[in-house]
Amino acid sequence: MAVANEETVLSRRFEKVNTVLEKYGRNPLNLIQVLQEVQAEYRYLPEEILTYVATALGISPSFVYGVATFYAQFSLEPKGKHIIRVCDGTACHVRGSMKVLEVVREQLGLRGEDITTPDLLFTVETVACIGACALAPALMVDEEVYGQMDQEKIENLIEEMIEKEKGGDQ
Amino acid sequence: MPFTTKAALESHIEQLKKRPQGSRIFVCCGLGCLAKNSRKVYERFVELVKEGHFQVQVDTLEEERSNPAPTGCMGLCEAGPLVMIEPQGILYLRVKPEDAEKIMERTLGKGEVIEDLVYTENRGEEVQRWPLMKDVPFYRKQEKIVLRNCGCIDPESLDEYLEQDGYLALAQAVTGMTPDEVIGMITKSGLRGRGGGGFPTGRKWQFARVVKSDRKYVICNADEGDPGAFMDRSVAEGDPHSVLEGIALAGYAIGAREGYIYVRAEYPLAVRRLKKAIQDAQDAGFLGTHIMGSGFSFDVKVKEGAGAFVCGEETALIASIEGKRGMPNPRPPFPAHRGLFGKPTIINNVETLANVPAIIHRGAEWFRGFGTLNSPGTKTFALSGRIENTGLAEVPMGITLRELVFEVGGGIQGGKQFKAVQIGGPSGGCLTEQHLDLTVDYDSLCSAGAIMGSGGLVVLDVDTCIVELARFFMSFTQDESCGKCVPCREGTKHMLKILQNIVDGRSKLDEMALLEEAAQVVKDASLCGLGKTAPNPVLTTLQYFKDEYIAHVLDKVCPAHVCVSMKEYLIDPEKCKACGKCARVCPVDCIAGRPKVPYVIDQEKCIKCGSCFEVCPFDAVMVDWRKRSDEQQSA
Ligand SMILES: Cc1cc2nc3c(=O)[nH]c(=O)nc-3n(C[C@H](O)[C@H](O)[C@H](O)COP(=O)(O)O)c2cc1C
Ligand code: SF4
Ligand code: SF4
Ligand code: FES
Ligand code: FES
Repeated sequence: MAVANEETVLSRRFEKVNTVLEKYGRNPLNLIQVLQEVQAEYRYLPEEILTYVATALGISPSFVYGVATFYAQFSLEPKGKHIIRVCDGTACHVRGSMKVLEVVREQLGLRGEDITTPDLLFTVETVACIGACALAPALMVDEEVYGQMDQEKIENLIEEMIEKEKGGDQ
Repeated sequence: MPFTTKAALESHIEQLKKRPQGSRIFVCCGLGCLAKNSRKVYERFVELVKEGHFQVQVDTLEEERSNPAPTGCMGLCEAGPLVMIEPQGILYLRVKPEDAEKIMERTLGKGEVIEDLVYTENRGEEVQRWPLMKDVPFYRKQEKIVLRNCGCIDPESLDEYLEQDGYLALAQAVTGMTPDEVIGMITKSGLRGRGGGGFPTGRKWQFARVVKSDRKYVICNADEGDPGAFMDRSVAEGDPHSVLEGIALAGYAIGAREGYIYVRAEYPLAVRRLKKAIQDAQDAGFLGTHIMGSGFSFDVKVKEGAGAFVCGEETALIASIEGKRGMPNPRPPFPAHRGLFGKPTIINNVETLANVPAIIHRGAEWFRGFGTLNSPGTKTFALSGRIENTGLAEVPMGITLRELVFEVGGGIQGGKQFKAVQIGGPSGGCLTEQHLDLTVDYDSLCSAGAIMGSGGLVVLDVDTCIVELARFFMSFTQDESCGKCVPCREGTKHMLKILQNIVDGRSKLDEMALLEEAAQVVKDASLCGLGKTAPNPVLTTLQYFKDEYIAHVLDKVCPAHVCVSMKEYLIDPEKCKACGKCARVCPVDCIAGRPKVPYVIDQEKCIKCGSCFEVCPFDAVMVDWRKRSDEQQSA
């Protein structure tokens, strides 16, 4: 049972990858776009998918792996459902971005090197500039930008998100 | 219906201009304002219009002008959400959704200005208000060429771009100018690359023009990697057609049929806007085959980056478009000879390209009327950091740094003391008080050890630690070094380690010499611009702020009170009631004490986490910044 289940899950996985591959004409020149869309689907790039993509595009797995590890946008580890990107660009840095990061992590109970919460709901990263420098310190939750963050705003924002997630489960 | 002749376009533009010019509401939906809820403000206006609170002008043309219109960044992001009312040009700041009704009734209905919402300066007793955008100090010294439409058109409407004489330059060029004439005009205008290097654009195009090849490419660099800059994003989001028109003109000039726009991964809205603009331009015949009935055909594609600063470098960017790791390659061969897919390619920055249609349309002489002899035109800056008016400003070249920071920028936040400006991002440098009268142009900034860069300008006040900032940049470049060449890969690591030691209070004086030495090696021996310029922030700060380095290294003092290692937590024996709370929370067990005897912190072990400070119910724990020996004496 369990095995069969896993297989259906896998084939479904590849089905989506196939759609993406078709969309980009199975052209290796579009490797980055393919990986971007695959990652948007799975929230990370599982190893077997990298190999699958390599075979489908007729390029070596090590080339695909090289590209996937080169760009900061790609992750080989599962990420949270929501990605919080705390900006640590210059403008945010001089307006206290490190404090923002500290508060965000504390609110989510992240310790040490952890960047993702155990329930896989949130991943916290830093990013160099999201183009909202005028509103430093800024952060981004998924595609939404929040500016002029302070302790209170962060606490409210995160409480709200957790609330929403919990509400959605029930 | 595509335009097939220049005359058809001209008559359409004429019709557009004849539309009744009634009152119109522009709501800034640039990123800064969006982050301050401007979408809600916009929606509120839409609701009110729908409810019939306000008669929208009905156009005779098919496409109605949107009213209210959502626009790109208007510039003064600090005071967003911004709303501008035409035809008067009234600018309202910090507008809330609930202000919408008031604005409709009073300003649109009765032509009144709402004083509470306009730019206000308090000079002691005197209160000065500036209701019109053009009078607000932030805008007064600006000249808008690149940002000519940004904030005053709906970026998703092609007609609005056309109404501002959009695509006339392209029509003019493809129907009435030879490619050499186009290049000649750009050369004569003196336009220099706005992506940082300042290379003459006309000359770059000429290189690619003369190479014979079956295919050539134009790439628009919208990677905007400088972590403190958002000019290119604002143009791409606020006026995407100006960028497209510039790319098409470049394509015509060098003989290319295809163009790419390489956009940074973090800019999803820019990607959407550019894609829509491409679609609309194709439908209208400004892209595609036989543009304006001429022999020129041209297509543009958008490619998204995936998060690597080095991909802003030309050869790395090309590798990235080809689906590879974005690592730089040695030049020559230059992309103009062998670029994308091995074909002649020119790469220009967004801002450079947005200048092009304006130059072709209005002439080289007109362009030379702005700026200086060697740096004609304007430059957009992203003003940020400890400055009052953070936002986007376009100023004529040759303006002084003082004017830019204190007049356009409104001076330092909270009236604090100015310390430095960081210009040019991780490749640039810090300039100080003594440089404030320097003019902003390629040559004078270079002579001071900084660079124009792409336009990031971060203002620092006395609360910013210069050494920590140098460490910040080094950690950025170290992280972004692609690792291809040793001087950059290893040299930046080495420099970062020394800088880390300095801010951690663990360095010795001889390390400063090592730092300078390493900087020189990285600068001289690295393959690409990333490595070659990475030491600039360190070198300029070492030159202009040596004292501050020495304070950190010799006295273990951070004059700006930033570097945590140089801060001490002390327990005031007078206030300590020996409750022991601090000792219980200290994660490293470095607070000792007994009942009735004041507790004491072991400074050697303390990791400055601040827990004791937070928890003490009697405010007995104090933060103390070490003082320099000379300060202690004078105190
Ligand atoms: C590490 C590195 C990053 C760069 N990043 C950018 C960038 O984000 N945007 C840009 O326009 N130019 C960037 N450049 C400069 C480009 O390589 C190139 O010179 C520029 O796009 C040319 O356009 P221009 O002549 O119109 O300025 C970067 C250069 C280096 C070395
Ligand atoms: S200088 Fe740095 S970024 Fe440039 S090629 Fe060398 S290692 Fe890569
Ligand atoms: S600052 Fe932290 S480590 Fe230092 S004494 Fe207080 S609780 Fe202990
Ligand atoms: S530095 Fe944070 S948004 Fe630009
Ligand atoms: S985003 Fe509205 S003024 Fe910049």
